[in-house]
Amino acid sequence: MTTTLEPARPAPTKEAQPVAERATSRRTGRKLLAVLALWVLAWATLRGRQTLELANADTTGLHDWFNDVRDRVQLLGQDNWFFHGVLGTIASGLDTFVGVLQEHLSSVTPGDWLGWFGVLLLAAWVTYALAGLRSTLLVTVVLLFLGLAGLWTDGIDTLIVTIVAVVICMVVGLPLGIAMSRSRRTSAVVTPVLDAMQTMPSFAYLTPIALFFGIGPACAIVLTLVYALPPLVRITEHGLNSVAENTVEAGRSLGVTKGQLLRQVQLPMAKRTIVVGINQCTMAALSMATIAALVNGPGLGKPVIAALQTLNVGAAAVAGLGIVLIAIMLDRTTTAASERSSPAGQRVAAVGSPGIFGGRTLVLEKLPRWATEEGGRGTDRRFLTPSGRRLVLAVLLLPVLVGAYYSTRYLQLSQFPDLSGVPVLGELTAGPLGGHINDLTNAVVDAISGVTNGFKDLVTAVMLNPLQSLMSDLPWWVMALVLLAVAFLLGGWRPAVVTLVCEAVVLGTGLWYDAMVTLTMTLVATVIVMLVAVVLGVAMGRGRRADTVIRPFLDGFQTIPAFVYLVPALALFAATRFTAIMAAVAYAVPIATKLVADGVRGVSPATVEAARSTGITRWQMISKVQLPMAREALVLATNQGLLYVLSMVVIGGMVGGGSLGYLIVQGFVQGQLFGKGLAAGIAITALGIMLDRIARHAAARFGR
Amino acid sequence: MTDLAVSSRTTSATDATSAALSVRGLWKVFGPNADKLLGTPDLELSRQELQAKSGHVIGVRDVSFDVAPGEVFVVMGLSGSGKSTLVRLLTRLIEPTAGTVVLDGEDLTGMGEDQLREIRRRKVSMVFQHFGLLPHRKVIDNIAFGLEIRGEEKSGRRSRAQEMVDLVGLTGYELNYPDQLSGGMQQRVGLARALAGDPAVLMFDEPFSALDPLIRRDMQKEVIRLHHEVGKTMVFITHDLDEALKLGDRILIMRDGEIVQVGAPDEIIGAPADDYVRDFTAEVPKSHVLTLRWVMRPPGSADEGAGAPALPDTTVVREAARAVLAADGPVRVVDASGAVVGVVDDEDILRVVVVEQRAPAGAR
Repeated sequence: MTTTLEPARPAPTKEAQPVAERATSRRTGRKLLAVLALWVLAWATLRGRQTLELANADTTGLHDWFNDVRDRVQLLGQDNWFFHGVLGTIASGLDTFVGVLQEHLSSVTPGDWLGWFGVLLLAAWVTYALAGLRSTLLVTVVLLFLGLAGLWTDGIDTLIVTIVAVVICMVVGLPLGIAMSRSRRTSAVVTPVLDAMQTMPSFAYLTPIALFFGIGPACAIVLTLVYALPPLVRITEHGLNSVAENTVEAGRSLGVTKGQLLRQVQLPMAKRTIVVGINQCTMAALSMATIAALVNGPGLGKPVIAALQTLNVGAAAVAGLGIVLIAIMLDRTTTAASERSSPAGQRVAAVGSPGIFGGRTLVLEKLPRWATEEGGRGTDRRFLTPSGRRLVLAVLLLPVLVGAYYSTRYLQLSQFPDLSGVPVLGELTAGPLGGHINDLTNAVVDAISGVTNGFKDLVTAVMLNPLQSLMSDLPWWVMALVLLAVAFLLGGWRPAVVTLVCEAVVLGTGLWYDAMVTLTMTLVATVIVMLVAVVLGVAMGRGRRADTVIRPFLDGFQTIPAFVYLVPALALFAATRFTAIMAAVAYAVPIATKLVADGVRGVSPATVEAARSTGITRWQMISKVQLPMAREALVLATNQGLLYVLSMVVIGGMVGGGSLGYLIVQGFVQGQLFGKGLAAGIAITALGIMLDRIARHAAARFGR
Repeated sequence: MTDLAVSSRTTSATDATSAALSVRGLWKVFGPNADKLLGTPDLELSRQELQAKSGHVIGVRDVSFDVAPGEVFVVMGLSGSGKSTLVRLLTRLIEPTAGTVVLDGEDLTGMGEDQLREIRRRKVSMVFQHFGLLPHRKVIDNIAFGLEIRGEEKSGRRSRAQEMVDLVGLTGYELNYPDQLSGGMQQRVGLARALAGDPAVLMFDEPFSALDPLIRRDMQKEVIRLHHEVGKTMVFITHDLDEALKLGDRILIMRDGEIVQVGAPDEIIGAPADDYVRDFTAEVPKSHVLTLRWVMRPPGSADEGAGAPALPDTTVVREAARAVLAADGPVRVVDASGAVVGVVDDEDILRVVVVEQRAPAGAR
């Protein structure tokens, strides 16, 4: 599935383009209406025929062939030089490595390298060295909570997978980013690969990677690598390339070599950006490390999946809380480390806010100016000079090592004590905590179930059902033609060709009907996302107060790994398609909102003032000036929203979302459905590429 | 129309009731507690001292003036003098800290948001330095924007906008988008947009500062022509003294938020209020601005200059030079009623012209 994903924007002369394009924009609208009319007509007359619907247990020849391939690969795995020699060695190497770490760090038998107390002490010490006192406290509290809640083993396993993946990412990604910034050719070769890695919904490559690496820790790490590497490489390249041109020139004029330029000028100046990249990489890795539980990866994802499959919200929430706390801990720690890495007082305007990840097309967030100015003032209070801190670290090292040593000797320090009998603290252990969460959830759900169910029924009846019927309950070739026409009208012939190819692929997988259901959910969720994003984004772009209030929530939402969104969505909406849609909405709203807010804020103040001088009302200002001028941001937000939504809607297959995502999950559960799951992954990828292509070309045409 | 423009040149200040725009005691203090600062002795401090002491910045300090109907009133000052703040206070795009602004008989300062919006829609329009056009609308729709805002029918506003297109010389460019036009043409769109609503007062905030010198000169001529044709009251902000002298019936010079001098161009050049204005005007070609009133001397005897035709005292020196030099002796200068107020001879004329030539930097 290699595709070239360079934005192939037509680049005609600047003079002639806009008139022609804008003139066509209204005509395009009319043509789209005509397509819609024909579509509805075809649906009304041909409904229910040739829908290519496939029952859950049914398979096609292709699926069976995939099963054969799997069997053969598994056989080959025993002696073929590639499968056995190369992939097998990598897989078993990673498995062993992670296994050794697990055995000595997260398992709870005395006599290993470290008991929980030693892990805690060392983690706190390392955090203090890298990030400072506040992060150290946070790490301590989070680790203690994991221990209390009985999540110690799984929590540390999650951290092991995440950190091993991040370390590999850094070893591979940093040199790659540097190489890309130094050679245009390298960049041209690698960028499309990164694009492909980021466009594919993470669920889509679960199956093939599991096929090659076998399920287990190795597969989890490879999956995490695919997902977490692109942001790091891109931000590294971006950071090096955006070192001010005149600084580089000044360096050259002094006669530095390329290597000196890199070491003395570019790397120091890009350091903060690169650390931001490590932050993004870490958060992406954590997100994927939890999903990797589906391929038997170790960690907190396992209890979440187990609980989701039995619809046990309380248990899922406890494990989910553990994941969220780990996410906050990693985010704050890497952010603090990045702040520490910039010289005091000299705070580069943030190129990317920590928290934007999840890796679709990389969007570096532009913060409003006041945010960076104020952030610069408040946060940089240091109690100690660097040398003072080094002294403290050195002095603390001894007690840490002694503590670590004793943690291997005493059961209480090695194995996290069971505190369920202790008052207060006992309430935080897994059983009672799950109970409390269940009670709380029930109370909340009862209180608002009228609203949520009403909303669910309304959206289902007004949007979801009609659209799904319209898209899937008619001959496949009608829908294929409609998609083709829409792609052509919105983006021109290039995306139309891509659409044709993707349609052929989806048809080939034998999952056309399911793909259309997934597409319906994606579109409905994207519409909701854009409605919310426009309302919030306009408020944020127009008013500093709204921005101050809303932004922290968006940041918080973005820190939470995708997987965890399923838990509250399940609690509120039970196991239906709608649950998957709402989880996708929650996942995509922050990024879309930030992009819209950014666009509205970016409208030239001169224009806003000129409009004000004509005696404009607030509503006229929004509808006639700010939104039209932020069109580019709106289109970009829609593009990003679509891709985020697609990846999450698929994951929602686990909580009743059905269709393609469900097939992938089934592929892991039932051996004879493996091929069908693999085919579903291919269909998802095709859908993703199709949506991305159409949206990008539409953006190039109408987003100017 | 032309008569009005010329006659207003000689009017200095009209009383507040008949003025198109009347400003009294206008203050703008930027800072956290600007309102509480008024009436305290702190306001007597200089800008720098006040900022150091309390973090407040005085944008406009106690400004009062009147603009007569049909007059072109220029506010001139260097950057930071408060002139752009002043023009925004006049339509409350920035809220004044104190003072009143009466526009066409209505006090803007006490108005509610709705009334103010109505004033902006009907009575006053602005032209901005950076045009402030809407890039997603065609030229004609940009011009019709103000009409659209106030709810006029599409056909009505299109035809009105078309008139404005023709008036500012953009015929043929109606369907282009702003970014397809040059800077000068974009500002013509801004001008047409301001004129479309047929406001009583037009305000210009350094409208030509972003344009090339040649285009700027064209646009200045354009404003003079439009003023002759439509006779609007104009308040014109600029940092360019030449522009001020060329366009202004009267000029207000600002410095550090305060008025330094208000007067007709020849008053500014002939009788600068202080060294600041004198320095400022030192390089202006005086013969282009000064009238005979500023160079004549009292007649030595009753019949001096009787041999040559008399010249009015409002004649600019440069224009009078040929007649005076051609005459054998001194030439009489008469005022509007025809009474002799003085005489000029070759010497008086040459003194102005020759001083200029010693200062070649005047050729700007």
